[in-house]
Amino acid sequence: MTNLQLIIKREFIARVRNKTFIVMTFLSPLIIVGMIALITWLATLNNDEIKKIAYVDETGLFANDLRDTSQIRYVSYTDLGIEVAKDSVIAQKLYGLLYIPKKGSNKDLVNSVQFYAEESPNFSILSRIEKVIATKLTKQNYRSQGLDLSVIEAAHAEVDIQIENFSGEKTSKMANYIKMGFGGLAGYLLMMFIIIYGNMVMRSVIEEKTNRIIEIIISSVKPMQLMLGKILGTSFAGVLQFLIWVLLGGVFLIVANVVFGVTPQPTGIDPSIALDQAQGDIMADVAAFIAEVKKLPLVLLVISFFIYFIGGYFLYSSIYAAIGAAVDSETDSQQFMLPIIIPLMLGIYVGFFAVIENPHGTVSTVFSMIPLTSPIVMLMRIPFGVPWWQILVSILLLIGTIIFMVWLAGKIYRIGILMYGKKPTYKELFKWLKY
Amino acid sequence: MANLLEVQQVSKQFGEFVALNNVSIAVPKGSIFGLLGPNGAGKTTLIRIINQITLPDTGLVFLDGQPLQPHHIKDIGYLPEERGLYKSMKVGEQALYLAQLKGLSKQEARERLKYWFDKFEISHWWGKKIQELSKGMAQKVQFIVTVLHRPKLLIFDEPFSGFDPINANVIKDEILQLRDEGATVIFSTHRMESVEELCDHIALIHKSNKILEGNLVDIKKEYKSNTFEVGLLSDDQQKLQEIIGQKFNAKPANFKTIQDQLKLTIDLDKEISPNDLIHFLSDKGQIVRFNEIIPTVNEIFIKTITEND
Repeated sequence: MTNLQLIIKREFIARVRNKTFIVMTFLSPLIIVGMIALITWLATLNNDEIKKIAYVDETGLFANDLRDTSQIRYVSYTDLGIEVAKDSVIAQKLYGLLYIPKKGSNKDLVNSVQFYAEESPNFSILSRIEKVIATKLTKQNYRSQGLDLSVIEAAHAEVDIQIENFSGEKTSKMANYIKMGFGGLAGYLLMMFIIIYGNMVMRSVIEEKTNRIIEIIISSVKPMQLMLGKILGTSFAGVLQFLIWVLLGGVFLIVANVVFGVTPQPTGIDPSIALDQAQGDIMADVAAFIAEVKKLPLVLLVISFFIYFIGGYFLYSSIYAAIGAAVDSETDSQQFMLPIIIPLMLGIYVGFFAVIENPHGTVSTVFSMIPLTSPIVMLMRIPFGVPWWQILVSILLLIGTIIFMVWLAGKIYRIGILMYGKKPTYKELFKWLKY
Repeated sequence: MANLLEVQQVSKQFGEFVALNNVSIAVPKGSIFGLLGPNGAGKTTLIRIINQITLPDTGLVFLDGQPLQPHHIKDIGYLPEERGLYKSMKVGEQALYLAQLKGLSKQEARERLKYWFDKFEISHWWGKKIQELSKGMAQKVQFIVTVLHRPKLLIFDEPFSGFDPINANVIKDEILQLRDEGATVIFSTHRMESVEELCDHIALIHKSNKILEGNLVDIKKEYKSNTFEVGLLSDDQQKLQEIIGQKFNAKPANFKTIQDQLKLTIDLDKEISPNDLIHFLSDKGQIVRFNEIIPTVNEIFIKTITEND
């Protein structure tokens, strides 16, 4: 085995044997599943509660239109009169009281309907009630103007814009959400991976410094070899963790399928979507969903995911390694964290705002070229279809920057690992480049 | 005797700071070479250049007649002053790993480690983690790892620190045995008594410059001042001291004795031989001590450093 292989192997084993790694690998999927289950449960809990709404309808027009739904039950308090009804609603702790006063004209009525409630009422309930009253009044207005309702209904037009690209592929609005989901998930995953594993690389460099083993090692291998071995070994640990998660996810889906009869979704989909859809009118949605997913440039997505995943990780973990070499302890590293966190955050924010708003706008395009943000932003753009030359330029820029950054980090690393005791400033780091 | 290692006019600067200024040393094959100097003199930088950890700005280093090349790393065993091991790794795995980095095959490394672990009677440490061992125990493992690949050149920086006297002695004997088996040793320390005991060549580095180098015996010859310690039994010590003082440059001396005697140190001019002195003294009183003062490494060290300040 070459020295580089030896180092990679050692780093990999050291990471994987670490208790935190084992706990993280097996516990975090459980935590995620638990969270999703909890949120779903809480959501159903919230919906199950039937809200009783009393109404006093002095017009006598709406009794038939205020129909009970799965969430709301209407109770008529019209006979009680508004004042008694108020007291009664408070006493019985009902959800609220709808008051429709008698007015001379519909014009006056539209602004005099009132809703009394202890707490500020649910927005969706209010708008539903508004809609019921508005529809009724509109129809009444038509009638009083002598218009034939059936004619109006026949004349009513609903528009559903069909999206299609120039090569003739049809898409739906759902496709856009799916693209956002895929892109966002990939970008977010990449950021988490960079931060978690970059930190591991840094900690491992600091460990070698504080253990004072570093000089023994670099009398056998070149510092650059050690740094690269460390980055590679740690990345393999990350890939292993990822594979375990995918595997666990697969097992979980199969088990869920058997136990709950949940339809398995294509991998890579947020399980919460899967749960939601399982409750709805499943088959049609799932079929449409799968059809949309199939339309995504999946092969391109997977390949570019790996390229940007590896590229972004290499770029950042070499910076992490340099920082680890420059400082004596993890607490000292805080001052150098900003250059890492800012571009990552920028990537995520640009991704979630600019890309979703306009995947091919100037901001999105530029940030998907700048190497520090390109892995995240480009990953988010790819599901929307990016010209191949843009991807190529972005990857080439990324590779160039990685080479430059690894070289730069190597220089700082080489000097830093042998420096003890003092906390370096940026100025000093810059000086080290020239040693 | 050929030189195993030759450092020729090596300079190294870190920013404004000159760490080494035109330093040359020659380490003869099979010697134990003491690399001495006060703290911050540049010893560690020189050692790191020899180990190819740091590159010199100018100058050349030759190992066995060849300019230093990456593969020479395997010919050198280096025990740095700042040394440690992975705390959470097991002793055996760690030793195997470090040995393999020096180019040994796993099988070879395992066999040689077994030999050394048996020799030091530490085989039961194999499955322990370093954090369970004491500092001295960890040092033993480090020593083994340093010598395991049988390098031509061994560099020890403060090898005895952290050892109790018994274990320090074990290590010292091992170093001597390695030398006898053909290794060349560079030995950097502040403990002058071990330099005295072990080294046959020394170089002294002070403020980035080499200010002294050579065979220790030759250096001592050069630094001795023809001074003799004399102890004489006499009834009238004061008178005797006067008589001697008229002819020689004599000063009262202080050394431990069991008898009451006149104690002097006498500086002789170059042309006067010790025999002349003995001849002169023999009828003045009974000579109980006659001893040429040979400067210790410690004295040479302090003298040279203060002269060069």
